[in-house]
Amino acid sequence: MHPPTHPPVHLAAELRLPTNWLDYTILGIYFVVVLGIGFAARRSVKTSLDFFLSGRSLPAWVTGLAFIAANLGATEILGMAANSAQYGVYTTHWYWIGAIPAMVFLGLVMMPFYYGSKVRSVPEFLLLRFDRAAHLLSSVLFAFAAILIAGVNLYAMAIVVEALLGWPEWVAIVVAGFFVLAYITLGGLSSAIYNEVLQFFVILAALIPITVLGLKKVGGWDGLSDSLTKSHGADFMTSWGGTGIGSANPLGANWLTIVLGLGFVLSFGYWTTNFAEVQRALSAKNLSAAQRTPLIAAFPKIFIVFLVMIPGLVAAVLVPKIGTAGSDLQYNDAIPYLMEQLLPNGVLGIAVTGLLAAFMAGMAANVSSFNTVFTTDIWAKYVVKGREDAYYVRFGRLITAIGVLASIGTAFLASSFSNIMSYLQTLFSFFNVPMFVVFIIGMFWKRTSMKSGFWGLLAGTTAAMVNYFVLYKQGIIDIPSDQGANFVSAIAGFVAGAVVMVAVSLFTAPKPAEELQGLVYGTTSPGMAEPPAPGDEAWYRRPALLGWGAIVLAAACYIPFSF
Amino acid sequence: MSEFYSDKDVQREVTELQGKSATAARLFDIRRIIGGLFVVYGVIVTIAGFTASDADLDKAEGVNINLWTGLGMLALGVFFLVWLKLRPVAPVPPDAVPGDEPRE
Repeated sequence: MHPPTHPPVHLAAELRLPTNWLDYTILGIYFVVVLGIGFAARRSVKTSLDFFLSGRSLPAWVTGLAFIAANLGATEILGMAANSAQYGVYTTHWYWIGAIPAMVFLGLVMMPFYYGSKVRSVPEFLLLRFDRAAHLLSSVLFAFAAILIAGVNLYAMAIVVEALLGWPEWVAIVVAGFFVLAYITLGGLSSAIYNEVLQFFVILAALIPITVLGLKKVGGWDGLSDSLTKSHGADFMTSWGGTGIGSANPLGANWLTIVLGLGFVLSFGYWTTNFAEVQRALSAKNLSAAQRTPLIAAFPKIFIVFLVMIPGLVAAVLVPKIGTAGSDLQYNDAIPYLMEQLLPNGVLGIAVTGLLAAFMAGMAANVSSFNTVFTTDIWAKYVVKGREDAYYVRFGRLITAIGVLASIGTAFLASSFSNIMSYLQTLFSFFNVPMFVVFIIGMFWKRTSMKSGFWGLLAGTTAAMVNYFVLYKQGIIDIPSDQGANFVSAIAGFVAGAVVMVAVSLFTAPKPAEELQGLVYGTTSPGMAEPPAPGDEAWYRRPALLGWGAIVLAAACYIPFSF
Repeated sequence: MSEFYSDKDVQREVTELQGKSATAARLFDIRRIIGGLFVVYGVIVTIAGFTASDADLDKAEGVNINLWTGLGMLALGVFFLVWLKLRPVAPVPPDAVPGDEPRE
């Protein structure tokens, strides 16, 4: 494999953690359990549906926690702490407006179509609603993006592990790659999901002590707030301060691009059409559980921001020059730095385990969605059709191995961006945004023609890329930061995709009404008519209550940070 | 494949596979794993808390963070084991279609 080029994001050498046998025991136990889950889940894999979608049989709390854990990879954790050290409380936008509304929309509005139509993947829904061109394009784009992102994860992990534990980069890549490969080829999605649920709790056990001790070190929330207001200005500690149109702020975005770009386009694109997320909901045992999957995930999502933002802010206080030439520490070092400074052996082992678990889960979510799309959407529909089911299970295992190897190869691509988060969002704005346009128009406008899906996808992806790489990177339009440019590129991709779809629809034939049953808003499919399971009528399991509850709670969380 | 790969094809295929699926019947309960791992971790970290040195305490701002984290993890582990004990998964009748029967 091509060794990664020398990255600009190297963590500072003094971050080496004082790990001892106790920490390594804790880490070792975790690796054993991870493999054990893979072996134990293996006997449940009988059909391809078991391997790719857990036989559509998991309870809502399991799929809900996996849904949030698939998002809570280590790149997200380190990246959001970095974001907070750099931009302050603006980070809350990625959670409260940039996640919750989209998650609720997925659960309440879109899930009946996804789950009820019994599709096995997001691209398969496009095949039913549009045509093979749209299906193939979205499958290929998704497979490509999934491998790329898995590679980003792997590469980021190698850097962090090298700095913290002193393992050479290739050792970290081979070890993590091997474990992910092993547990997914053995147990398929069930194994990935179970490991994600476990990772969710381990990462909480890692982040809570860091947050509590970090706050104590800087004199509590008041001490934190006072020193950052003094050093970075009052807007640093607010969500909306300085985001008026025309006023300058470090994020390089105003309230309109935050609400439309991040809150609407990027967020809905990611949460509602990214198959690595949606797959968790599709593995739920019935429609009610599938709807509740993103809604159950929304509640932890609202509060996890504090566990990543506070360490980032604390690091900005303790290392005032973090991320600048005056310090060896990068923004991404915020959490590793606090681990090194504050955690004694024991909890340190938990934190290292949590971080490694989060890296593996972030990679596994992409690998397990990649193998599903590649097998059911590309291989079984265009290459080797109509073979017996056992063949596709074998092929799924093979392509998992190939996918892991390919992501190792793409790991070096991550090296040209200093902020991991920014890199991921750049990719999402190119792949997910047009997907979301195509879905939303196709689901709500009956007239949308079969051919328009392909052209909408193509136009949206191209427009977002042109806006980012040509207009922004070449300096033709002036946007102060990468994050701000991401938001604008997302909006451009959305508008271009929508205009092209409407135009193409007006000139091409609509899909016959009888072929649209269960695919367009206002129609129903047999899958939606299933009677609810006993117990699902309990008030606390009502999707509408959970969904609106999450929205009200997220809005309420903004209040203390808005003035 | 016809011109449209229709939703009926997908539904037939998936319903058929769901009928043969083994996940519901054979997959173990994750609560046992979470409970077991967190009890083990809780015990290890709590013991580290009881034997914490002054250097450990100083590093963690005077908080015995191992003790508190260990107890917290132990409590979570016990919670999952108790939940599993009180609300075990009902066994799946062999002839039922998995996915339709109540569990939890």
